[in-house]
Amino acid sequence: MSSSEATSTHAPVTGSSRVKRGMAEMLKGGVIMDVVTPDQARIAEDAGAVAVMALERVPADIRAQGGVSRMSDPDMVDGIIEAVSIPVMAKARIGHFVEAQVLQSLGVDYIDESEVLTPADYTNHIDKWNFTVPFVCGATNLGEALRRINEGAAMIRSKGEAGTGDVSNATGHMRQIRSEIKRLSAMPEDELYVAAKELQAPYELVKEIAQTGKLPVVLFTAGGIATPADAAMMMQLGADGVFVGSGIFKSGNPAERAAAIVKATTFHDDPDVIAKVSRGLGEAMVGINVDEIPQPHRLAERGW
Amino acid sequence: MVTIGVLALQGDVREHISALEHSGAAAMPVRRPGELDAVDGLVIPGGESTTIDKLTRIFELADPLKKRIEAGMPVYGSCAGMIMLAEEIADPATDLKGEPQQTLGGLDITVRRNAFGRQRESFETDLDFRGLEFSAPSPDQNPAPVHAVFIRAPWVERVGEGVEVLATVEPSEASHTATLRGAARIVAVRSRHLLATSFHPEVTGERRIHELFIRIVRGEA
Repeated sequence: MSSSEATSTHAPVTGSSRVKRGMAEMLKGGVIMDVVTPDQARIAEDAGAVAVMALERVPADIRAQGGVSRMSDPDMVDGIIEAVSIPVMAKARIGHFVEAQVLQSLGVDYIDESEVLTPADYTNHIDKWNFTVPFVCGATNLGEALRRINEGAAMIRSKGEAGTGDVSNATGHMRQIRSEIKRLSAMPEDELYVAAKELQAPYELVKEIAQTGKLPVVLFTAGGIATPADAAMMMQLGADGVFVGSGIFKSGNPAERAAAIVKATTFHDDPDVIAKVSRGLGEAMVGINVDEIPQPHRLAERGW
Repeated sequence: MVTIGVLALQGDVREHISALEHSGAAAMPVRRPGELDAVDGLVIPGGESTTIDKLTRIFELADPLKKRIEAGMPVYGSCAGMIMLAEEIADPATDLKGEPQQTLGGLDITVRRNAFGRQRESFETDLDFRGLEFSAPSPDQNPAPVHAVFIRAPWVERVGEGVEVLATVEPSEASHTATLRGAARIVAVRSRHLLATSFHPEVTGERRIHELFIRIVRGEA
């Protein structure tokens, strides 16, 4: 480049993949907490959350109360944005691109196109490339993660089984994604075409995973995390960070439990720290075994 | 070879470690006071400044860090790291007791958090950056501009004596010119052994900011 060209001539760009994916990179090693009110958001921020997730009802209540579950009320989203200085995420229904447009116009920092809410479209997810604000989507396996990335998701989280306090599905999803990535990395190049077909994922993304050995976006974990040890285990299984939904505000002592999960996420490889922060937290959320939930009521099976 | 630590409590630690290793330094994560003793310099990564502040205090790193900074250990902070190095925050978050968030300090600047806006205003742009002359193709040429990614980024509102401004964003270079109110905003500063940027060179493959920092650690810049 000659000196005459070495000046700032490029116009600024918003909403690029780098800006969207970069935002998620800054959340790594952190805990994102579900909140339904500004007061809960303040407690989460005070406990060291890197972001809060606004939604109408936490998954445990959605399970208990049933009915259609939707995007949070705009007044509530505004109130939460006003209450904290950390990033605010909010959930939109799968395929509900107008809820997503509303959340973008409210100024939320990330949209979770979430199976926890009632899907608005059983065929198509939101075309996330159309938005300036980035999206996080749930996945149970690598193929699903790559389909969401192909639609423009800038961050992936395991689905787990939200609102249960049972971490077994999240564990399964993290292990599944990790082992499928390893399998691709070890595969001869000429087998990647069939691998893409089997994963039902775009060949270009499959090839990229095979070459780099990792997802092109940040991978968090979610669904059923209720204790510091749960969070630490997910980090040891390769999660970049943790979403905690009902686990905090459905427990006996939300502020202390939230702070403990933050500490255990940072020192996820240090059992002494995890033991220390796990003491005296009071009751964890009341759990539901995933096995006892009838198939049609399993949230992780929403989305495809 | 110099060993540079990356404060690994929260944030994009991996990207900084990779950028340092590709730029000729040994790099290691730092989460405990003992690990801090092993490094010649430190990077405070991008992340959430309120979280990093709390964790440095809870895990008893804040005081050892302040002591090392006062004793002259070179530190580079990107984004949240810049906030942690600032003597003053214009709009600190407050906790439930009303206590403002704290910083490690050392850099005589006032920062404003999320000054460029929320995520939808986050942007990437090219900037001229002082101090990268070592990277110019020849002595009579200017170094190439730095490609900078700003994510809910802070800016510097006041610089104290002895703080050098290395880069600014002109209104035409930012996505949301209304927030700038027509003024150029300071986005990179240096004061002796302390270097800070509002943006994230670690996510773009830009290595020269890390190279500059390694030179500072070596006492060459």
